[in-house]
Amino acid sequence: MELNGAEILIDCLQKEGVDHVFGYPGGAVLHIYDAIEAQDKITHVLVRHEQGAAHGADGYARASGKPGVVLVTSGPGITNAVTGIATAHMDSIPMVVISGQVPSPLIGMDAFQEVDATGITRSCVKHNFLVRDISEIASTVKKAFHIATTGRPGPVVIDIPKDITIEKMEQEEYPESIEIRSYKPTTKPSNRQIRKAAELILKSKKPIIYAGGGCVIGNASEKLREFTRMLEFPITQTLMGLGAYPMTDKQSLGMLGMHGTYEANMAMHGSDCVVAIGARFDDRITGNLEKFCPTAKFIHIDIDPSQISKNVVADIPIVGQTKQVLKALIDELEDKNYENISKWWKQIEDWRKVDSLAYSKSPGVIKPQSVIEALYEVTEGKAIVTSDVGQHQMWAAQYYPFDEPRQWINSGGLGTMGFGLPAAMGAKLAMPEKDIACVTGEGSIQMMLQELSTMLQYDTPVKIINLNNGYLGMVRQWQEFFYEKRYAMSYMDALPDFIKLSESYGHMGIKIEKEEDLKPALIEAFSQKDRTVFLDILTDPSENVFPMIPAGGAHCDMLLAGRDEMVSKDETDFNAV
Amino acid sequence: MRHIISVILEDEAGALSRVAGLFTQRGFNIESLTVAQTNDPTLSRMTIVSSGSERVLEQIVKQLNKLIEVVKVSDLTSQDHVERELMLAKISSTMKEGVDLKELVEIFGCKVVDVKDKIYTIEVSGKTKKINAFLDAIEPSNIIEISRTGVTGISRGKKLI
Ligand SMILES: Cc1ncc(C[n+]2csc(CCOP(=O)(O)OP(=O)(O)O)c2C)c(N)n1
Ligand SMILES: [Mg+2]
Repeated sequence: MELNGAEILIDCLQKEGVDHVFGYPGGAVLHIYDAIEAQDKITHVLVRHEQGAAHGADGYARASGKPGVVLVTSGPGITNAVTGIATAHMDSIPMVVISGQVPSPLIGMDAFQEVDATGITRSCVKHNFLVRDISEIASTVKKAFHIATTGRPGPVVIDIPKDITIEKMEQEEYPESIEIRSYKPTTKPSNRQIRKAAELILKSKKPIIYAGGGCVIGNASEKLREFTRMLEFPITQTLMGLGAYPMTDKQSLGMLGMHGTYEANMAMHGSDCVVAIGARFDDRITGNLEKFCPTAKFIHIDIDPSQISKNVVADIPIVGQTKQVLKALIDELEDKNYENISKWWKQIEDWRKVDSLAYSKSPGVIKPQSVIEALYEVTEGKAIVTSDVGQHQMWAAQYYPFDEPRQWINSGGLGTMGFGLPAAMGAKLAMPEKDIACVTGEGSIQMMLQELSTMLQYDTPVKIINLNNGYLGMVRQWQEFFYEKRYAMSYMDALPDFIKLSESYGHMGIKIEKEEDLKPALIEAFSQKDRTVFLDILTDPSENVFPMIPAGGAHCDMLLAGRDEMVSKDETDFNAV
Repeated sequence: MRHIISVILEDEAGALSRVAGLFTQRGFNIESLTVAQTNDPTLSRMTIVSSGSERVLEQIVKQLNKLIEVVKVSDLTSQDHVERELMLAKISSTMKEGVDLKELVEIFGCKVVDVKDKIYTIEVSGKTKKINAFLDAIEPSNIIEISRTGVTGISRGKKLI
């Protein structure tokens, strides 16, 4: 049968098992939209801004583990999507973005709505393609999905000139699989490295497991649990790894890094063996590299060799899928005798007693931390929580102990304000049975508000938890600490009435000004199963995120809430607090 | 330290800009870069001269390997290898006293490939050092213009990249 390029493209997407495409039409993709209209296997979600499409597909991918798919037009369509693509790239999220391009003969002529899409996206994608011939469409789509979903996942852009989508050719069979000679990601680890790692693990007296997003993306959560419980080691998780190991479990020390718990950071600082699994020693984790983990040997497990020894030199590098590596380590370590680490645990328990997440309530104001705690209670810890970027993001990460992977969805690498709402929409489409909460701030939410309209159209009820502190709070906090309280541009005047605003989009809005109204309002909101509810919660404008390692600090240099001085210890004196 | 990195990559549009982009994006330095097709017309071979610490070099190799179109990366510096660079230099015929251009050409084993308007075009090939030495031997004001290819290199004997 003869099909045009657009029909071939849509057929390929169907064969890839795509059920949702997040997109926005325009001149260069009209043939593709015509082909979408003629079928009903794929639901097209018409967003209100292409950035929302990319974040929506991203949220869908993070919640489901399947690749998110985006369709945008040439020029402003693809440039609008770039922030969303970069967001997915930094967090290794599988995504395929199809962008229309001006007709082939016009490329390079500064045609209407022409941008060099492959050029613009080059540094924020795993790979990109410019399709030059209709016969390349099927193999390019196959390659794109293969590249996006294997190895270290990431976004792949396919730029398709308009003329190619209307040309016709005899339909060919969609390839079952594809070989790319220059792309063969390692999956299984080397036995030698596994043995060396096992040796070090068996000898260690102060071990800690440091688990990152690679455990979530690599579906290694089950193996991580088995591994951690078998060894009875303490485990800390990065912002991207939260939930890979149950955070309510006694072996979990919570999150580490700039706003990590006292026990997690102190245990890193004092450890003699750090087992890094799918984590990349980001600067928000390590703080000052020179003072990072002064006594530790590092086992570094990652699927991407370029992550190993990039920031911190690994003593034992292991390249492979987190799941496969953990399986191999479990096999190697089973029935072996480990060092008794009860002294180490005792030390950790002492650090735990510091209770670094304690905060003081004051009458008349709602503390943002207590909102997250109430959210946890009302959702019984089972909601999927997406977040924007700022203080609220850190509070959500700290006070909602996630027990499952893919339960916590946030822009960790790029830190993109505006991510939370469209990601919540995407997550709801992927997981319609789950309660979805979007924890946001009055600053962030205004970056992607327009998606409230999409959410009504596609019936994706989520609960928006707006921690409204009237400030770009994270900016304000840094200005308070490091700029002598000169609050330059961190206060936003003239905020909208979020209740009226959400009502005008056809949703429900509840304003909460008193602590006692908080829980009833949350209960009411979550009982509205099929409505999006915007909870505008006025929280303490002066609250700060603690603990905090100031830039340049070591893990043992932490500012704690309610304590005027920095809890700064030198390596020999960690017992005292 | 100076390193010569050989890269085999798919001969595809965009592959070169991906490599060049990687170097600027990550702040790696490039002294020279040459690229051309290999005996397999679907593959190109690139030779990059860069410098940096061992850590930086390890990252360069890993990041290059991560590019989807890159088939193979190898650091020639650590192996037994041959390296060459080619230069075309236009030299004015009025030379410094006591220096004879023909003599220089002989000493350096290079060739005069053209002469026009009393300007000689000399072809010099060899290691970068030799080319630099040739240039040093000539009064700067006599050097009209030069064009260098940058280094290309290959390992010796049976060993392939
Ligand atoms: C797109 C974008 N622009 C700027 C920033 C820098 N930034 C980080 S947090 C923050 C403030 C966020 O304010 P709000 O959403 O109200 O959250 P809060 O910190 O008050 O909880 C800003 C401006 C960013 N992360 N993303
Ligand atoms: Mg705010």
